Amino acid sequence: MAVRKPPITTREYWAPGHAACAGCGCATALKLATKAFSEAMEEKYGDPDAFAIAQATGCMEVVSAVFPYTAWKVPWVHVAFENAAAAASGIEAAWKKKGLKGKILAIGGDGGTADIGLQALSGMLERRHNVVYLMYDNEAYMNTGIQRSSSTPYGAWTTTSPPGKYSIGEDKPKKWVALIAAAHQIPYVATASIGNPFDFVRKMKKAAKVDGPAFVQVHCTCPTGWKSPLEKGVEIARLAIETGVWPLFEIENGDFHNIKIQSPGGGAKVKREGGKIVAIEFKKPIEEYLKLQGRFKHLFKQPEAIDQLREQIKAMWKVLGVEVTLPKPEE
Amino acid sequence: MPIRTVMKANEAAAWAAKLAKPKVIAAFPITPSTLVPEKISEFVANGELDAEFIKVESEHSAISACVGASAAGVRTFTATASQGLALMHEVLFIAAGMRLPIVMAIGNRSLSAPINIWNDWQDSISERDTGWLQFYAENNQEALDLILIAFKVAEDERVLLPAMVGFDAFILTHTVEPVEIPDQELVDEFLGEYEGKHAYVDPKRPITQGTLAFPAHYMEARYKVWEANENARKVIDEVFAEFEKKFGRKYSKIEEYRTDDAEIIFVTMGSLAGTVKEYVDKLREKGIKAGAAKLTVYRPFPIEEVRALAKKAKVIALLEKNVTFSVGGALFQDFSRTLVNEKEKPILVDFILGLGGRDVTFKDLDEALAIAQKALAGEEFDEVNWIGLRKEIL
Repeated sequence: MAVRKPPITTREYWAPGHAACAGCGCATALKLATKAFSEAMEEKYGDPDAFAIAQATGCMEVVSAVFPYTAWKVPWVHVAFENAAAAASGIEAAWKKKGLKGKILAIGGDGGTADIGLQALSGMLERRHNVVYLMYDNEAYMNTGIQRSSSTPYGAWTTTSPPGKYSIGEDKPKKWVALIAAAHQIPYVATASIGNPFDFVRKMKKAAKVDGPAFVQVHCTCPTGWKSPLEKGVEIARLAIETGVWPLFEIENGDFHNIKIQSPGGGAKVKREGGKIVAIEFKKPIEEYLKLQGRFKHLFKQPEAIDQLREQIKAMWKVLGVEVTLPKPEE
Repeated sequence: MPIRTVMKANEAAAWAAKLAKPKVIAAFPITPSTLVPEKISEFVANGELDAEFIKVESEHSAISACVGASAAGVRTFTATASQGLALMHEVLFIAAGMRLPIVMAIGNRSLSAPINIWNDWQDSISERDTGWLQFYAENNQEALDLILIAFKVAEDERVLLPAMVGFDAFILTHTVEPVEIPDQELVDEFLGEYEGKHAYVDPKRPITQGTLAFPAHYMEARYKVWEANENARKVIDEVFAEFEKKFGRKYSKIEEYRTDDAEIIFVTMGSLAGTVKEYVDKLREKGIKAGAAKLTVYRPFPIEEVRALAKKAKVIALLEKNVTFSVGGALFQDFSRTLVNEKEKPILVDFILGLGGRDVTFKDLDEALAIAQKALAGEEFDEVNWIGLRKEIL
């Protein structure tokens, strides 16, 4: 009888038994990322284990390395909140001197990457270390109890961006770190999502195989911080793609003229010119994404705030070179 | 054959690093220690030092990269000063807590505000609670020697702690002095190759470093840092002895000068020790029974040696280029703690001087002596004295 090959390695590097919340989308992201890395290392160096992790302080750090236990079956170093990229630089340099083959994976959440760790990230990318930096973006400081980060989207409730009489929640547009990373003209930058795991794995493998630095920003859900149903994480992440909230793209060598945009699915109508996506007409309104999450609940009483978010999403797509149409829900 | 030459303390530190053959160096330029990474860059560029030199974007990343490299099990070096050291502060605790024997050269400089690039010890003194070992050099030769010694002590399995070696901004960092560069072969014998047995990043033997510890384990981890600091006392003595045997230069945690029949002993650190020794000679000519002592090792604090020293004097005058608010200086605090339960103890008088690079002259020391003599005579005296303050601009 023919046995079908599993779509991804059955090797585990992020072992069961970690202390992440039920339904944690970021745990899924790390599981997939390490599996992808392992496959890439096997293909590139003939050794699936030829990698190590430097991780920033954050929820995925504290849940995975509670002394005297560890969820990591790969060499793993945590130093502090803002310096995963710098610590990874040091490990990579040491490996070079030791003649060890392989790649370092640096991992940080959006707080440890978009905010406090941005400088160390920039330094690491600019110095061209052979490191993949994976930013798991759950759009707030979830480790400390859901405070806003610069990656928190417009309108979202967090404990430090509460909606109130004079507030609609977070009042600044989301910072797009992938674009900042790409400005370093590094070999590879991508956005990904746990809502499209095959695409995420492909991108992680690609990132792991390039020579030099790469940056991947993966959108992952946080049922605790997003006040969303435990079992709907992947569905919500997929809706972010299908409604235009989360663009999937790749930028190689900082070439902003050749951003590889991916079709979002969900019935969206895609217009291409010379093979490049230039316009997308989304069919699903962003409300479909927002309504599954308690963090956006208050926006439904202020539809003008949702319109404002729509405008910001359009502006962000414009930076990517794509005109988008975002529908309003049918009355 | 060792080479006798002349160089600045910054060059001496870079030479020490070269001789120690670190695998990874990460540094960011800061006055007055900039010449250290510059010189190391030259060594690397010319192939005289086979190391990865990471030109980081900040001191915070410098020490973070050193932690990464040291966690990966290789010998690691950096240099900084003042604000740069302050920027490293949180990671200094991490380096000690993760038991990583990183060695760092410090061009001892004041801290802002007001911004000032000149010498005092406030930068490294402020890091005394991080768990790092601390050595202070009197001259450029000591800067070189103490860095080699620091590697040997830090990497000892009974210690496994990071170490910093301070030398005074400009007074040493930018001043040319005779220095003997030891033979590479002898240094190789002295230091040997380092390979972290407790810290490594090896896919064949995956370990987790830098974990989270709940209240059930955190305190024990901190105790192990305490214990390692205690262990370092003995190890430092052993390494000093071995260094003397190999290189002929003698070191001790506290170096005493004309203390045997002294009534007043001036205690200090760093380059000021040279001035004070000369001052003591002058006092002896006048028949004043004065002596001097220099702390070469500040962390671990040389408790036994301080107690032995205290038995020799009626007054101990502490000359220090740092301030611990409310208390006076850090040495005053450390000496007070060390002598508090002694049956017989000298009077301690504290002098804060030379902050932000102000010269410490014999006139300043005369001022300190007069107060110390008051204490000796049983008259009233101030415990904490700021020497050389320009009262007209206060």
